[in-house]
Amino acid sequence: MVQYESSRLDASFAALSDVTRRGVLEQLGRSDASITDLAGTFRMTLTGMKKHVGVLEQAGLVTTEKVGRVRTCKLGPRRLEEETAWLERYRQLWDARFDGLDQVVEELKQKERIDGRKKRR
Amino acid sequence: MDAKREGDPISMKNRTTVERKSEREIVVTRTFNAPARIVFAAWTKPDLFKRWWVPKSAGISLLSCEMDVRVGGKYRLVFGNDPAKGMEFFGRYLEVIPNARLAWTNEEGGDGGAVTTVTFEEKAGKTHLVVHDLYPSKEALEASGSTDAMPETLDQLDELLGGLDASASS
Repeated sequence: MVQYESSRLDASFAALSDVTRRGVLEQLGRSDASITDLAGTFRMTLTGMKKHVGVLEQAGLVTTEKVGRVRTCKLGPRRLEEETAWLERYRQLWDARFDGLDQVVEELKQKERIDGRKKRR
Repeated sequence: MDAKREGDPISMKNRTTVERKSEREIVVTRTFNAPARIVFAAWTKPDLFKRWWVPKSAGISLLSCEMDVRVGGKYRLVFGNDPAKGMEFFGRYLEVIPNARLAWTNEEGGDGGAVTTVTFEEKAGKTHLVVHDLYPSKEALEASGSTDAMPETLDQLDELLGGLDASASS
């Protein structure tokens, strides 16, 4: 497991060590794109772009899907981990918020009890 | 609602759950040890709401809070440490059912804002609270923060790799 993680990390770092590949990730962060689009944007040959996308794909940073004659690239499964991390941060925010709400609710309960006693008198 | 959702008896603290229900929805739940009328009051009276909406750990304060809690009524929250540069959040109430249900729009972000629905279900003196955010699209939900992590992570890697490049070439 540890080895798997570190080899994957190596693959990610290798994939990210190239300025074009980092540019491709930024581009795909904005919208999915075909290899042809990407080759055009980065002014390189289709073959050159295919190689870059291949490296990103191996690192799990990008996935591709061929529909008809067009291969579309999108950000890869690594995004799921980002999402899990985001949901956890979101949960922590609400948890902290609700701890505050708990305190307010407890005070209101106390107050109701005291007021209730006063009324009964 | 069901036994699984009850609080942890050891810590006496109820659990907060968060779930991405669909591409457009996020649901947060928690149970409070009080009747719905009390929890509802804490959501609808500005002086009470102000006391808990911003967690102390957030390092920011709620400068003002106005809420006209009735269908079509508006609310406006201003956050920040400097009143001149406050961040505003505002919208309208779509549904107001006392002690049971609230729904409002979040309009500060233009068309991409979610509709938030909060339900208060009372059972045996406790209130199960469900906060449901429904965004107009998957993209709008993600633009609200969930994918911010991605560019941020890439920026950090960029910085790190930039540093590595520099040291390799020197």
